[in-house]
Amino acid sequence: MSMGNPILQVENLVKHYGDVEAVRGVSFSVEEGEVFGLLGPNGAGKTSTVEILEGLRNLDSGRVSVCGLDPQRDSQALKHEIGAALQSTSLPDKLRVMEALRLFSGFYKRRRNPEELLKRFGLEEKRNAFYSQLSGGQKQRLALAMALVNDPKVLFFDEPTAGLDPQVRREIYDIIEELKREKKTIVMTTHYIEEAERLCDRVAIVDHGKVVALGTPRELKTRSGGTTRIEVRLAKPEADGALKKLDGVADAREVDGAYVIHSNRPPQTIVAIVKHLEAEGNELVSLEIASPSLEDVFIEMTGRRLRD
Amino acid sequence: MRNFATLTRMRIQLTLRNKMFLFFTVLMPFAFFFLYAGVFAKGQPMVVKFFLGPVVALTVMGSFWGLSAALVMFREQGILRRFHVTPVTASDMLASSIVANYVLMFPTVLLEFLFARYIFHVAHFGDLLAAFLLISIGTISFASLGLVVASVTNTMQETQVINQLLWLPLIFLSGATFPLAFLPQVVQKVSLFLPATYLVQGLQRAIFNSIPIWQLGVQVGSLAFWAVLTFFLSTQLFRWEPEVKVPRNAKLLVLATAIPFLLLGLWENKYGNIPAQAQSAYDSLNGPAKSAPPQDSQPDSPK
Repeated sequence: MSMGNPILQVENLVKHYGDVEAVRGVSFSVEEGEVFGLLGPNGAGKTSTVEILEGLRNLDSGRVSVCGLDPQRDSQALKHEIGAALQSTSLPDKLRVMEALRLFSGFYKRRRNPEELLKRFGLEEKRNAFYSQLSGGQKQRLALAMALVNDPKVLFFDEPTAGLDPQVRREIYDIIEELKREKKTIVMTTHYIEEAERLCDRVAIVDHGKVVALGTPRELKTRSGGTTRIEVRLAKPEADGALKKLDGVADAREVDGAYVIHSNRPPQTIVAIVKHLEAEGNELVSLEIASPSLEDVFIEMTGRRLRD
Repeated sequence: MRNFATLTRMRIQLTLRNKMFLFFTVLMPFAFFFLYAGVFAKGQPMVVKFFLGPVVALTVMGSFWGLSAALVMFREQGILRRFHVTPVTASDMLASSIVANYVLMFPTVLLEFLFARYIFHVAHFGDLLAAFLLISIGTISFASLGLVVASVTNTMQETQVINQLLWLPLIFLSGATFPLAFLPQVVQKVSLFLPATYLVQGLQRAIFNSIPIWQLGVQVGSLAFWAVLTFFLSTQLFRWEPEVKVPRNAKLLVLATAIPFLLLGLWENKYGNIPAQAQSAYDSLNGPAKSAPPQDSQPDSPK
């Protein structure tokens, strides 16, 4: 983990709701300009954690700091520094898009031009539409635009694409990737593997209120002992045994006329395969590579699939 | 302060776009007004003037319906949560509801006075300063009551049930619908425990009997104290999140809003003269000798 200057720190965070322990000793820190993901199934404690960081809920024990502020004690000051797209929230039906942006930007000392946000989030045509007339994707784009009205230092996106169809989800990814290029600090929660892999610099895998693994998506996949899957089709058949002996190969077998090779060191393996085929007078017809996914990591850590 | 002003503007704008508002804040009070002035008072200016206080009191008290419903809806839909991540405070939110409600209700009251003047030819409105003060304090206190109701109920249905339970005694036992003098003695005694009675009787005395503000100390003082207490309680009980249920002891806190008028009611029952004042106002309407309302219609009656 990098030891820069964290903008957000969580140490041994604990939160109960009655008898239910929602968060059971979560720790992590987020660097400035980083996109940090909390990945886990529903009910893992992601939203509770984020809502404590936003100053919406009080913690039971542990320590958190956001932009050097204590969300519980300095909640008023903190709210000027953060922006959030919440889960299960809404706006008044009869509020117009532009009015919503103007209204919310009016609450802050530091503001961004609402017109510019409207343009950037593709809501110009909807500027005078009532909130109730927007589609799910438009509502979510408005929610993200509203999170930016105060040009916040830290953004919190709680399940930013939950319940959206795949095309709209990709639109949201594009928006978040653009924010990432602008070096915005983002803390997001998700239960979609691809979302975490695609958007996050680092990911904490959360299950039953605890962080079970933390690192860059690549680190997590390597650490889990995940192997890269290399699938090749050859001009002439090959004996299994020969491929198994190549550099970095953990396993190789024939499946439906193709050879599926699992490798710990894919670059070396690929070079070895090419050299081996050349020596044998064989030829490569096709080659596909698939890295281990965070899903594999999650299964290994928790013994369960992420999606039910 | 700026957030409060911004929110107030939004609340006014949103309420004006709401059809329910038109019904509860405009149509219903006017329906009451014309029922009283046209049917009960048969358009006689003196009688219209007698009923103007109670009718205005009804408009003022109606505040708590709309406010509690709007706040519960905002909470249930997760709208309040969105405001909670901004620097907006609970007091901003609550105070803006009250001020927006005041701004929206005032034209209705003003129109009731104008209708009384130009349709029913009521020549003189008694002590307007006292009336204005009572209207203002009354609106704030009943609006705060609505905010307390919103904070101690978990669902819209619960809110509406509590509102009904509050509304019926407030309008029937306070002299707002039937004149206090018209009600049985037991009910008159009970009425002295209700804040509505002080608003209705205060307004009636200001408008009908031209009683100046310094002689309405009990009414103005008790309602002002109640407004402050109720607003304070609403800030204490306020909840941003829909899923946080009300603790049982918080519901008990609501009883605290009843305490000032329980005490005042005891005192008024022993030493006060509100029922007697109501009686004499009612009698003066009928003339000293007659007990039934005058039957002959006036020449300037619109009917």
